[in-house]
Formats: sequence, structure tokens, C-alpha cells
Amino acid sequence: MWNWDIVWEVMPDILKGLVVTIEAVAGGMTLALILGLLWAVMRRSKVPFISWTAWAFVEFIRSTPLLVQLFFVYYVMTDVVGRSLSPLVTGILVLGVHYSCYTAEVYRAGLDGIAKGQWNAAKALNLNAFQTYRYVILPQAIPPVLPNLGNYLIAMLKEAPLLSVITVMEVLREAQVFGNAHYRYLEPLTIVGVLFILLSLIAGLSVEWVRKRTAAMTS
Amino acid sequence: MSDLPPPFDLLPFLLKGLHITVIIALGGSAVAIVMAVVFGLWSKSTDPILRWFSAAYITVFRGASALILLYWFYFVMPELTGFGLDAITTGIFVLGANVGAYGAEVVRTSIESVSKGQYQAAAALNLSRWQTMRYVIFPQAVLSMVPPFGNLMIELLKGTALVSTITVTDLTMQGMYLRADTHRSLEIFGLLLVIYFLLSSLITLGFRLLERRLSHGRDYGGGQ
Repeated sequence: MWNWDIVWEVMPDILKGLVVTIEAVAGGMTLALILGLLWAVMRRSKVPFISWTAWAFVEFIRSTPLLVQLFFVYYVMTDVVGRSLSPLVTGILVLGVHYSCYTAEVYRAGLDGIAKGQWNAAKALNLNAFQTYRYVILPQAIPPVLPNLGNYLIAMLKEAPLLSVITVMEVLREAQVFGNAHYRYLEPLTIVGVLFILLSLIAGLSVEWVRKRTAAMTS
Repeated sequence: MSDLPPPFDLLPFLLKGLHITVIIALGGSAVAIVMAVVFGLWSKSTDPILRWFSAAYITVFRGASALILLYWFYFVMPELTGFGLDAITTGIFVLGANVGAYGAEVVRTSIESVSKGQYQAAAALNLSRWQTMRYVIFPQAVLSMVPPFGNLMIELLKGTALVSTITVTDLTMQGMYLRADTHRSLEIFGLLLVIYFLLSSLITLGFRLLERRLSHGRDYGGGQ
């Protein structure tokens, strides 16, 4: 059943798709890291409107399927706005915003772990809000939560194949296109599955390594 | 379309997929809970084969992405074995097994969180390994499993949207049909997001009640 010739034939396509997957995850994660921090800081705001908006947004996005969010952005841009974004850009945006709502919770845990005295000390030194976060709070709050942020990097990698449904030519889509052309799904889809298992194993080990390093650094 | 004012005129057609989504979510959670408990317990077994089996299951079903697993079991398995399941059953088993792999880790860590003294007390009472697990450890571990399982159920509900890619006419698929007909994407997908949000809220609420019930009369939750 298993045909190695097909494996060699499909491999270049899959590797090409892998590059796109990595681009999407790299872009998405960058966005998630920035936006997540923004939501977490907004949630600590003393202005109820700001903290409530951040809370509601994070809860809503976390409670709804990534797939429907992808369709929402992709088709609203095409049908309603009339200016479609490229599939990859749509994918990066949606992945980034979706996972920012998870990283926001991670940052929040990190911020909650900072002693009140640190805020008071910053105030005593007459630092403004930006300076307080930039020089006092964040350098202490972020290192301990790095491994948890890493876990969401892995989660995002595993959800990146969803971008295939809005025609991003990532790994799964390449395998499908090859399958459609050759009436053969066994090798392409199995390779993609094994590839993802390997990638998440490697990513998991890296996060474990970071966890040990940060535990050693912050203890 | 119905007579309701827009965008609610879309609702009757959209909600035709609701029962499929609910069936897959409920079926999937049953599969997930069984898999989580069985493989979670096996990962703590004295038998190396069961431990290996559990590790392999967790690695494969957690490592490979849900969508890839769904395609594999729906398109490749029949090609490979000549035996295929219909799309809804595939969805229930694959999504259940995927979430169950995460659940197995939850079960394992919850069991590990029960204090060592409980094992020693059970040994002092001359309970067998099975009795220790069944009557002493597991009942205490269950409480700390509830909140993470609540989150996993929401992940499962969100995951059900994926079955639309293997031809199941769930909520999301009905949305795609509507979109092809009307191109009212903002209303269709906006409504869909709200419906999924309401379903998630229902799960959150249910698990909060369950947690309150289970923790009734306890001094502290299972080791947390």
C-alpha cells in the first residue's frame, strides 16, 4: 500500500508548505505576544470601560472557534468590505488575535505575581505608568511565564493547519492539493501527521528546557 | 429565509445545524472523558506496556493537529484498511480522542497531586492497588480535574466546527451554505460567533455548578 516513490514526489511540496506554516506561526505569535500584553495591561486599568472592554474581548474570542473567526474575517473582507486581504495575512491576523487572548491570561498571571511593594516603589520614584511597566514590572513579570507563553506557541502551531480552509498554501493544503491531483491521500496526509507529531515533540522539549532555565534564573 | 427582521431571518436556517454540533460535542466529551480516565490511569500503571501505550496515545493524539487527525481518519483510514466511519462518527471519535489526550494529562497530574500520606494510609489499611485508586485516591483527585476539564470541553465545542471540513452539516457548515447563497457574511458569521459564545457560556456555567456540588462539605479541593 505504502509507496515510497510518492513520498519523494510529495516531499518538496510539503517542505514548501512547512515554510508557509512557520511564517504564519512566527507572524501570529509576534502579534499574540504584543496584543496579549496590551489586553493584560488594559485589564489592570482603573478606568472601568477600558478594563471591561479588554475582559469582554478576551472572553469572547476565547469562547468561539478559530475556524469561524477565520471565516468571519476572510469573508467579511471579501463580501462586505470588498477589499480582500491575502489569505496568509488574514491567517496571521486571526491566529495572532485569537492567541493574544490566551497569552493575555498568561501575562495576567505574571503581573499578579508581582508584589505590591514594587508598584509602590515605582510610584515613590515618581515613575509614570509606562516607565513603571517598562523598567520595573515587566522585567520581573515576564521571565517566569515564558514557558507558559511557549505552550501557546505549540498550541498555535497545531492550529495553523486550519489556515488551509481559507486557501493558505501551508503544509496541510499542499498535501491536499497533491492528493487531489494524484488521487492519493495516504502518503501526503500521513507524512503531514507524523511531521506535526515530531514538531510538537521538539517544541515540547524546547519549552521544557526553557522552563528549567527560567526556574533556575528566577529561584 | 423567514419573516424575522435581519439579521435574525438567517437564524432558522443556521440553527438547523445546532443539533449536529450539540451531538458531536456531547458524544465527543463522552469519548474524551473515557479516554482521559483510562489513559490517565494507565500512565500511572505498574505495567510498562500500559504505560507505553498511554504515552504513545498521548503523543499521537496531542501532537498531531485535530484537523490533520480528522482528515487522516476520514480520508486515509478507509483507503488503508478498507474500513471507514461516517463523517459524524469520525468527528466524535477523533475530536474526543484529541481532547481526551489532553484530559489524560489532567487526570495524571490530579492523581499525582493527592498527598503521599493518602497512599500510606491506604497501604496501612491493607487495600489493594485497585482499591486504593478506586476508593481513596481517585475520589479526591476528581475535584481538581473539574476546572481543567471545563476548559477542555470548551476546546472540544470549538473543535466541533472542524467537522464542517469533512462534510458534516453542523452550525458552521450551515453558515457556509448561507454565505454561498446570500453573501451576508458579516451577519452570518457574526451570528455564528454569538451562538458558539452562548454554548461555551453554558458549559462554563455547568462546570461551575458541578464544581460547587462536588466541593460541598469539603475542607479543601483535591490537593490544589
